Amino acid sequence: MSIIKRNKGDVWFKTTALLLAASIPFIFLLLFLLLIWQSRLSLRTFGIGFIFNSGWDPVRDQYGALPFIYGTFVSSILALIIAVPLGLGCAIYLAEVSQSRFKEWLATMVDLLAAIPSVVYGLWGLAVITPIFGLSMMSAGVLLAIMILPTITSVSREVLQAVPLSLRESARALGATKWETIKLSVLPPAASGIIGSTILGLGRAVGETMAVTMVIGNRPEISGSLMAPAYSLSAVLANEFAEASSNMNFSVMVEIALILLAFTVLINGVAKLLVWKIIGHNRIH
Amino acid sequence: MENNWSQSYSLRKAKDKIFLAAVSLAALFAVLPLIALLLFVVFKGAGSLNWQFFVNLPRPVGEAGGGMANAIVGTMAIVGLASMFSLPIGIFGGLWLAEWGKGKRGFFIRYAVDVMSGFPTIIFGIFSYMLLVLTLKRFSALAGGFALGLIMIPYITKTTEEMIKMVPRTLKESALALGVPEWKVMLSVVLRTAWNGIFTGVMLAVARAAGETAPLLFTAFNNNYWNFRLDQPTASMTVQIYNYAISPFSEWNNLAWAGSMVLVGLILFVTVTVRKYSKRINYG
Repeated sequence: MSIIKRNKGDVWFKTTALLLAASIPFIFLLLFLLLIWQSRLSLRTFGIGFIFNSGWDPVRDQYGALPFIYGTFVSSILALIIAVPLGLGCAIYLAEVSQSRFKEWLATMVDLLAAIPSVVYGLWGLAVITPIFGLSMMSAGVLLAIMILPTITSVSREVLQAVPLSLRESARALGATKWETIKLSVLPPAASGIIGSTILGLGRAVGETMAVTMVIGNRPEISGSLMAPAYSLSAVLANEFAEASSNMNFSVMVEIALILLAFTVLINGVAKLLVWKIIGHNRIH
Repeated sequence: MENNWSQSYSLRKAKDKIFLAAVSLAALFAVLPLIALLLFVVFKGAGSLNWQFFVNLPRPVGEAGGGMANAIVGTMAIVGLASMFSLPIGIFGGLWLAEWGKGKRGFFIRYAVDVMSGFPTIIFGIFSYMLLVLTLKRFSALAGGFALGLIMIPYITKTTEEMIKMVPRTLKESALALGVPEWKVMLSVVLRTAWNGIFTGVMLAVARAAGETAPLLFTAFNNNYWNFRLDQPTASMTVQIYNYAISPFSEWNNLAWAGSMVLVGLILFVTVTVRKYSKRINYG
């Protein structure tokens, strides 16, 4: 006989907490299984060719996801091209250069950018960006750049701050200028984390829905011009998911959701591995 | 690596100056869009915001005095439902992870939370559609609340776990040493100590959920009238802003700006207050 009597309340409490905690991976699995189950018709009919087919005409039961995949990636990469130099520059300014009170204010402002709802960005994009670039891939790229700037800035900043001070001090002691110090002893150890923050920004851009839907033009065509209307995976879901006219159409929409999910999970996984190496788990939300 | 030290001092100095100017400029450009966005929201929003906005239902084009009263109540209802669903899972899930989650099960759950926090939010809308809308055969506040709750769960779980890990062991041990059962220690010592921190996390999650549009498009859908039943299509501020924003009518566009001003004001208020407040948290 055990000397310590298990308290019944303890057993109940711990079991309840475990069940509630375990419901998270349960929901996670259910979500994946349901997506695969509901897209089975499309998966079976079109196979892997679905990803490489560019014809899209739901009325004639013609489906190909390529225009959406193209739109998602071109707009996101456009966003990175604009946002990475700005975000990295801003992070360097915040972590290495500025000493003033202005710095705190700037960091808060950049973080607040992340709290603004996507639909408000879209509304603003319609008022400010589309008058310049039209409803086009370019507009989507510019708007996405603004939206992922806070992610790239704040993660890069944390990565830079994790570089030991002694590295900077030794470079300065040898007579290096600020720029030489950063180039020679801060950026190299921070490189993988900065790449991680970039990929994290890519993940945000790929999953972003409302703002893109509002400015990209929503036309399922692959055009060489950045000024032409385009479409993205998330935008086609926002516009057409609930309007699916047939079983096949619905199944195709679910498969598009599955593709979108697979891309973001993959991208975020890679990004977090790179960032975690430098600043540790649980720091990025 | 190029040979920096053989360059003339003035050239190195000049390069340094250019670098400083470039990063300062980058910082300026990074904050410019936010200022532009806030200015637009304030000026365009203030121009069309009046008391009718808060008390009237949406009206057809051409009729003056339309508002978003039902959408404001709808957003509160949907976010309320989302909180009721996500708070127990998030808080107890986070507690379990912090206290007992060191093993394989903990790793697995933590992994799921982490991956879920990166999902595009529209995916939760689709999941809720397949699970609730297809089975209930109609759009509803319930389905919207479920989708938003799923978005909130990872935030609340992560914050709760972090906050509980910061509670000093000695506090817990002294309560246990006095013979208090573990479950009571958890509830009235650990959770209570960490509560301020958890609360800030919950408020940030609520602010984020209130700003979501994509997961509501085909779950809560929309409604132009008052609706107080949770199993019926329900208006929300974000979906209403979206519909007004993409409409061709300028008076509806103006209403979208007014709605954005209210929503952004609310979200920024919560975010800024919570940040100020959370800086003062310590368990000393």
